[in-house]
Amino acid sequence: MARNWEEFLVEKVLLLAAISSIIIILLIIGFVIQQGLPAMEQVGPLNFIFGMDWSPSYDIYGVFPMIVGSLGMMALALLFAVPLSIFGAIFLAEVAPKTMRRILKPTIQTLAGIPSVIYGFFGLIVLVPFMRIHFGGSGFSMLTASIILTVMVLPTILSISEDALRSIPLEYKEASLALGATHWQTIKNVIFPAALPGIVTGIILGMGRAIGETMAVIMVAGNTPIIPGSILEPARALTSNIALEMGYALGLHYNALFATGIVLLMMIIVLLVITNYINYKRKVTVGGGYL
Amino acid sequence: MDTKYIIGAIVIIVVIIGVALYAGGAFTKPEGKITIVGSTSVQPVAEKLAEAYHNANPDVNITVQGGGSSVGLKSVQDGTAQIGTYSSKLSSEKAPGIEQYVIANDGICIIVNKDSNVTDLTADQVKEIFAGNDSSYTVVTREEGSGTRDAFIDLIMGGKNGTNITKSAIVQSSTDAVKQAVAGNPNAIGFMSLADVDDSVKVVKIDGVEPSEATVKDGSYKIQRPFLFLTKGAATGVTLEFINWCLSAEGQKIVQEEGAVPV
Repeated sequence: MARNWEEFLVEKVLLLAAISSIIIILLIIGFVIQQGLPAMEQVGPLNFIFGMDWSPSYDIYGVFPMIVGSLGMMALALLFAVPLSIFGAIFLAEVAPKTMRRILKPTIQTLAGIPSVIYGFFGLIVLVPFMRIHFGGSGFSMLTASIILTVMVLPTILSISEDALRSIPLEYKEASLALGATHWQTIKNVIFPAALPGIVTGIILGMGRAIGETMAVIMVAGNTPIIPGSILEPARALTSNIALEMGYALGLHYNALFATGIVLLMMIIVLLVITNYINYKRKVTVGGGYL
Repeated sequence: MDTKYIIGAIVIIVVIIGVALYAGGAFTKPEGKITIVGSTSVQPVAEKLAEAYHNANPDVNITVQGGGSSVGLKSVQDGTAQIGTYSSKLSSEKAPGIEQYVIANDGICIIVNKDSNVTDLTADQVKEIFAGNDSSYTVVTREEGSGTRDAFIDLIMGGKNGTNITKSAIVQSSTDAVKQAVAGNPNAIGFMSLADVDDSVKVVKIDGVEPSEATVKDGSYKIQRPFLFLTKGAATGVTLEFINWCLSAEGQKIVQEEGAVPV
């Protein structure tokens, strides 16, 4: 009887541990929705999402400029980071000699361990004046934020891509080389397509980090709640909007910040679904490349 | 057999938690406890005052929390705090039944980059610049809800129903970030509390008056605000003693050390 108890208990504890993360996520989503919904209702969901003006002191809440800001910064950051990290990953996985990899890999992983506020501070002190001198304007801009974000997502995409490239069975490479293909042809036509699903996973994670980053973006993006006219103008991200005003917000303003959280959550879910769908499609066309 | 142990253990845990909660509640003496909630601008001064007072009177525990001036007023009205702090002028119609104690004054400085050749502006010029009507400046402001921003809007922009700060202003989330932004851009203009100004930026004279402890105290520097302690009705007991101590020479010395202007 004692043994059965033990079995039962261990089973349940393990189950609990496994579902606890799901429970926590559901609780958080539930709380954010519960707190944000009153503002959505009062302002009107469409007015809230597509409203151009954010003036909490007049109870006007529209987050469209922030949606543009968040998506713009993320897109720009990925535009810089994806090619860099994929080529970097190919170099590390296929070309680099062993000693070089031993130095490069930990260096890149260190980048991932630097706290975001340090990146932000670096951006504020070094990058913002640099951008102001060389590109004009105030230096606080979407582009400045994207450059900081690029450095922040680079290690994520790079190390996951490298792992994906290295986990391709050696037979693929051997077969390709045996057919007379050059090293570059093998990388381009065999290894890279086979590793693509893993690379896409890395890009998704990088995307998540870019869109969720708060502190570094607050410090360098300028945080103006209007749609930027160009990438050299300041912008405000959804996350920055919450973090900037959370300390003081009361009543409807408080709820509106949670509603901003709902918008952010929805955006991330939509992006995840899209990228997962692309990934799924890709898997089929590559044909058995997925491991 | 095992079930018994488990039930026994649960009973013991429940009893321990119950006793702990009961004892924790019973040992709290409300008499010696003051909660101060409100303005983030007053917070550093209030914290220092509370610390010094607690050191002199160890049986009085003072908690200081931020939240903003509006939170300070609200908490003192609904009784969750004994003292609410407020960092701008408060009309008695807006806060009926609330006693106001001015514990310090603070000047709001208009700051520009060190390399800027601007030294003197009128209040109207500052208003025009922050309204976005002068494109030669990069306007740096604080986030919505900040006490310094509210005071600036009240004193320069003509209050909430006056002129708005331009939407294209750079928004920085702290005094230090504003300082950094202004220090790093020759065209930038911003505002910050007199207490936080240092050599990295240049302070502009307003209507010919340079902000300083003396000019704030004699009222000749116009962009100033009081740091208020609010209580529901006249303060009594420990709260009154604390406020009186803050207004005493000893308390005012701490106010001065924190960079605010003594009353």
